[in-house]
Amino acid sequence: MTQYLDFEKPLAEIEGKAEELRALARNSAEMDVGDEAAALDTKAATLLDDLYKNLTPWRKCQVARHPERPHCRDYIDALFQEFTPLAGDRNFADDMAVMGGLARFNDQPVMVIGHEKGNDTKSRIERNFGMARPEGYRKAIRLMEMAGRFGLPVITIVDTPGAYPGKGAEERGQSEAIARSTETCLRIPVPLVSVVVGEGGSGGAVAFATANKVAMLEHSVYSVISPEGCASILWKDAEKMREAAEALRLTAQDLMKLGVIDRIVAEPRGGAHRDAPAAIASVGKALEAMLEPLMALDGPALVAERRKKYLTMGNQRLTA
Amino acid sequence: MNWITNYVRPRINSIFSRREMPDNLWLKCDSCGTMLFHRELTENLHVCTHCGHHMAITPRERFHALFDGGTFAEIAVPEPLADPLAFRDQKRYPDRMRSAQRDTGEKDAMLVATGEIGRTPIVAAAQDFSFMGGSMGMYVGNAIIAAAEEAVKLRRPLILFAAAGGARMQEGILSLMQMPRSTVAVQMLKEAGLPYIVVLTNPTTGGVTASYAMLGDVQIAEPGALICFAGPRVIEQTIREKLPEGFQRAEYLLDHGMLDRVTPRGDMREELISIVRMLLGLPPAIRGDLPPPDASELTQADTAAPAETAPAPEKAAKDAPADPKKPKAK
Repeated sequence: MTQYLDFEKPLAEIEGKAEELRALARNSAEMDVGDEAAALDTKAATLLDDLYKNLTPWRKCQVARHPERPHCRDYIDALFQEFTPLAGDRNFADDMAVMGGLARFNDQPVMVIGHEKGNDTKSRIERNFGMARPEGYRKAIRLMEMAGRFGLPVITIVDTPGAYPGKGAEERGQSEAIARSTETCLRIPVPLVSVVVGEGGSGGAVAFATANKVAMLEHSVYSVISPEGCASILWKDAEKMREAAEALRLTAQDLMKLGVIDRIVAEPRGGAHRDAPAAIASVGKALEAMLEPLMALDGPALVAERRKKYLTMGNQRLTA
Repeated sequence: MNWITNYVRPRINSIFSRREMPDNLWLKCDSCGTMLFHRELTENLHVCTHCGHHMAITPRERFHALFDGGTFAEIAVPEPLADPLAFRDQKRYPDRMRSAQRDTGEKDAMLVATGEIGRTPIVAAAQDFSFMGGSMGMYVGNAIIAAAEEAVKLRRPLILFAAAGGARMQEGILSLMQMPRSTVAVQMLKEAGLPYIVVLTNPTTGGVTASYAMLGDVQIAEPGALICFAGPRVIEQTIREKLPEGFQRAEYLLDHGMLDRVTPRGDMREELISIVRMLLGLPPAIRGDLPPPDASELTQADTAAPAETAPAPEKAAKDAPADPKKPKAK
């Protein structure tokens, strides 16, 4: 049973009706509702297409946060073989909001690192809703450095509301950990590719997504601040998140125009959560395509390319 | 009656109130409430003479106090695209920019300069909290990169005074991209083997703390400065409990191992000179108020070794090394 977002309500009604019809038909053999149900299905499909063709930025935020959207774990399970999770920052703890480890991607050994939000109450709490603490970033730093030493490409999967704003996180140096993680991304002499699959929440995302190539799923978002946060600061009203989402230009489409990301990965009809295997496969293809040309470059060239990319960023303006 | 009370009387009052002192002559300390005479406060680098509270200081004033004889040369910062997102909240971003520029007389929230401190050539960058909360956008990113490039070119250390509420939301994702951009600048310095000293001032928060402001070789903070990633209000809302006294203040961070030192503004210059000269392997500096470097004097000092005399006699006599030469690291 799909969870519907508020703007999907009309769709929920049609799909609900179709479901009811089918249930009726199952109970009484003489009723033939096949045609009617099929008509409703077509109607639902058209509506879904229409809804998702021109999602507003705020709706994209909602889709990006959809609880059934595939998460880091799903991508790793489907796209990588021999995944061997590596844990801990060797200083304080293992942060379950960040998962990472050795794996094979198309036979190529790689280091894969990502934010994991969890998919039920228990795992969400365990994973802290994908909000990493300093330990998480320090684990990522450790893994990236290891990848650098052994010449393994690094793949990061970004999906976080942001770094965790907590007392302990601050005391243990949340900002320092993020700064060092970004710095490590820029320093390692191996290919680094990143994909934003849900929310790219501010510094917590940059710490992983400072890469040679960055892709975003069609309905994912990547922003300096959440629309709610921005609305409460600039509009003095958190309810203005729709306006803020609009103004922040946080969609994959706008980020592509601004030259901040390199590729948009199309999502199945109605968003990644409606057909997770298809979405995951598309992400796999995008990773492959981004990684392949980088494999030919040596360490210094990779580092130089990454730095140049960020130094020259920001010369593109959004038109209209 | 209404007309008189609402209109005439305020007008009369306003005419008479003009005889009051100009409001910029006295300032109230944010912390202890003492009224402070403007000139005295400026001379004390905007530190309350009564309670030692550190108030905001503009980059220009800071540089004036930092550099020998108050002399420095500004480094031009490449102008970024203006308003790349066509951002509009309750006000248009270009309007906010214009009013900030008018109020501060500065182009944006960071000033970069070269000069000498204790006869030690450095590059310095200072963030301006009075300019849109010191927020980090494209210009600030460009300023940090320009500062690092200049430092590498001249083989000088970079001292950066951070002060910011965080990233500039009006530049959206591009402000966030200043985190990796400024980090590249820091890497340039590290690879060139040049010291990068960060002085964190009140407040330094958000994306600024999570990038260049936390990557210094030496991290110094001014007393009482708020330094954090997430602000106290956000944390209180998240964890729903009161935070301890002094949480996220400079002294708290020092206790938690996040800083090297907490140094009062009045001692900062001497401390920076000392640290930078040790990191560069230079002999101890001549202490005291040095006049601005002057070409003829410099060449003279280069040739005639022990001839140079320290200009601030009372301190210099005590602290000056036997050989105060080497004014320039080449």
